[in-house]
Amino acid sequence: MIGNFLDQFWSLTFGGLSLGFIYILIALGYTMVYGVLRMINFANSEIFMVGTFATIIIIRDLFKFTQVSEYATGFRLWLILGTALIFAMLVSGILSMLVEMVAYRRLRRMNSGVLAPLISAIGVSMVLSESVRILTDSRPVASPRAMEKKFLGQFFDAGIRIDNTIIVISALVLFAILITFVNKTRMGKAIRAVSMNPNAARLMGINIDGVISATFLVGGLMTGAAGFFYTLKYENTSAFIGFELGIAAFTAAILGGIGNIKGAFYGGLALGLLETYASFFLGTQWKAVTVFIVLVLVLYTKPNGLFGEALTQTRA
Amino acid sequence: MFNLRDKGAEIWENQGRIGRIVIAVGAIAIVAALPFMGGTFLNTPVADYESVLVYPIAMFVLMAIGLNIVIGKSGLLDLGYVAFFAIGAYTMGLLGTKTDLNTWEILPIGIAMAMFSGIILGVPALKLRGDYLAIITLGFGEIVRIVALNLGALGRSEGIQGIPTPPGIFGIEYAFDSHRIYYWTLLILILLAIWMVRRLSARRAGRAWESIRQDEDAAELLGVPTFKYKVWAFVLGASVGGAAGVLYASKTLFIAPDNFTLQISILILACVVFGGMGNIWGVILGAVILGYLPDRIRFLSEARLLVFGLVLVIMMNLRPDGILPRKKREKAIVKKDAS
Repeated sequence: MIGNFLDQFWSLTFGGLSLGFIYILIALGYTMVYGVLRMINFANSEIFMVGTFATIIIIRDLFKFTQVSEYATGFRLWLILGTALIFAMLVSGILSMLVEMVAYRRLRRMNSGVLAPLISAIGVSMVLSESVRILTDSRPVASPRAMEKKFLGQFFDAGIRIDNTIIVISALVLFAILITFVNKTRMGKAIRAVSMNPNAARLMGINIDGVISATFLVGGLMTGAAGFFYTLKYENTSAFIGFELGIAAFTAAILGGIGNIKGAFYGGLALGLLETYASFFLGTQWKAVTVFIVLVLVLYTKPNGLFGEALTQTRA
Repeated sequence: MFNLRDKGAEIWENQGRIGRIVIAVGAIAIVAALPFMGGTFLNTPVADYESVLVYPIAMFVLMAIGLNIVIGKSGLLDLGYVAFFAIGAYTMGLLGTKTDLNTWEILPIGIAMAMFSGIILGVPALKLRGDYLAIITLGFGEIVRIVALNLGALGRSEGIQGIPTPPGIFGIEYAFDSHRIYYWTLLILILLAIWMVRRLSARRAGRAWESIRQDEDAAELLGVPTFKYKVWAFVLGASVGGAAGVLYASKTLFIAPDNFTLQISILILACVVFGGMGNIWGVILGAVILGYLPDRIRFLSEARLLVFGLVLVIMMNLRPDGILPRKKREKAIVKKDAS
């Protein structure tokens, strides 16, 4: 067992890393909203699900790929991937903004506590996943493969697959853009201000509703990107996919300390690797249990997550 | 806005002892007679009306009363309530098929098992703050389901089959399809649970929960042993869920992990919030509506759950405190604290 594990260590690690980066992006959707509103945005998992379908629409319907098409190469490949990524991000981002307007805004104005928005979010999740379920006839949908999944090279014994590489690099870039946005731009500063003290921020003339909309938009953009990467890696989706990934990503956000952007990064990575290793040793059916037990242990010893809900500059 | 809750409380409080007994007996009689109204407008078009009364309606009511102790009374967000339901059901399933014990003997064991797991979960989890508690309980609910799905002793995905029906008592026989007998049994359990919650609410425990819900730190500073009462709320909530689980298993005679998904936890939570957190009558009303609605609108077939989701969003936006919210006076205190 251990010998096997050592043999496969690097290929497991690469798979775990790219899964981890997908978790990071979804976790950002949870953590940004939590930072600003102190609210668990339950509908984020369905935003992710919609993102995976947006990707398939571009690859299958716009560029007319089928299961037997030839792989795209060169410029056309990057065009396809770029279009799909941007489309998935936009669809998810705008949808996330709309969800906030429809389901949360009124409740927030009424100062209604924590639970009413939660139920509202559950309602929205049901509407989204059920609509997609009806449209897809409850069947999983396969994504045509536009890109040949070749190996870029060897690292020890493990092949470095091109899709994993794309995921890790693009997610890193997106993350860097997000950090810059939150730390350097006016809107980012406003988001941080609202997250630290909404009342003081309002008194300083910040348009709270605008900031919250922007937060949902940014969180949705990241979650949509995760939808694209997921489709690229697993080439399969369904109306029910949001739940499982959403729970895992939410766990990742908490693991790192919810509300903390860097926490989402480390939490996502830790969870992706942990889940992959745990599946190897215990079988995939126990991975969720392992993850939750680790979460309980972490919270029990470090109640604010591994990196804490730090009220620092990076918090959004 | 017309406040149904205050109106109801006013009528109740203005009655003498005899008036109250008349109202209570009348209400119980009407509720007990519900199975006979199958032919009326209440009928559910596709599903068997009487079986809908047992599950989901009566079962949801019972569980919502239990969850209300945790969420409504003490303000602890529990997203894994289905775990206790599952533990009760699997206790019934295992002991009912492997031993000679009957349902009535297993019922206290099931309740004890649920309470015990409530302690196991509660003692570490209740040290954490609200949102973390939510995710830990959610994880616990999933763990229970996954364990049931993967342990050979619990039948894996096939679950447990051939669970015996309860033996007859007082000459009343429980047959698999005599839904109304189960309905009345559940009704008795529901009345017991209401009685328990009302008694506790009026006493030390109720005041402790109320203070924890409003401001835990202040309660702690004023000498309320908050941790102890939080665990108590958790364990009592679990006991009701366990009882519901035992009855569920001996009604359906067949249980599988698919009956205990997170969706159930979320639905029960929705019942509590939708009806009016903290007010037991609101919670019951919410459970009745949310249990009944999906079957009543079955004519929408495919779009059923979509409409259900829409109803949740619209209702929460119109009445964020639920249909029958708790007393206004309490709310005023909370509002003042928050601002």
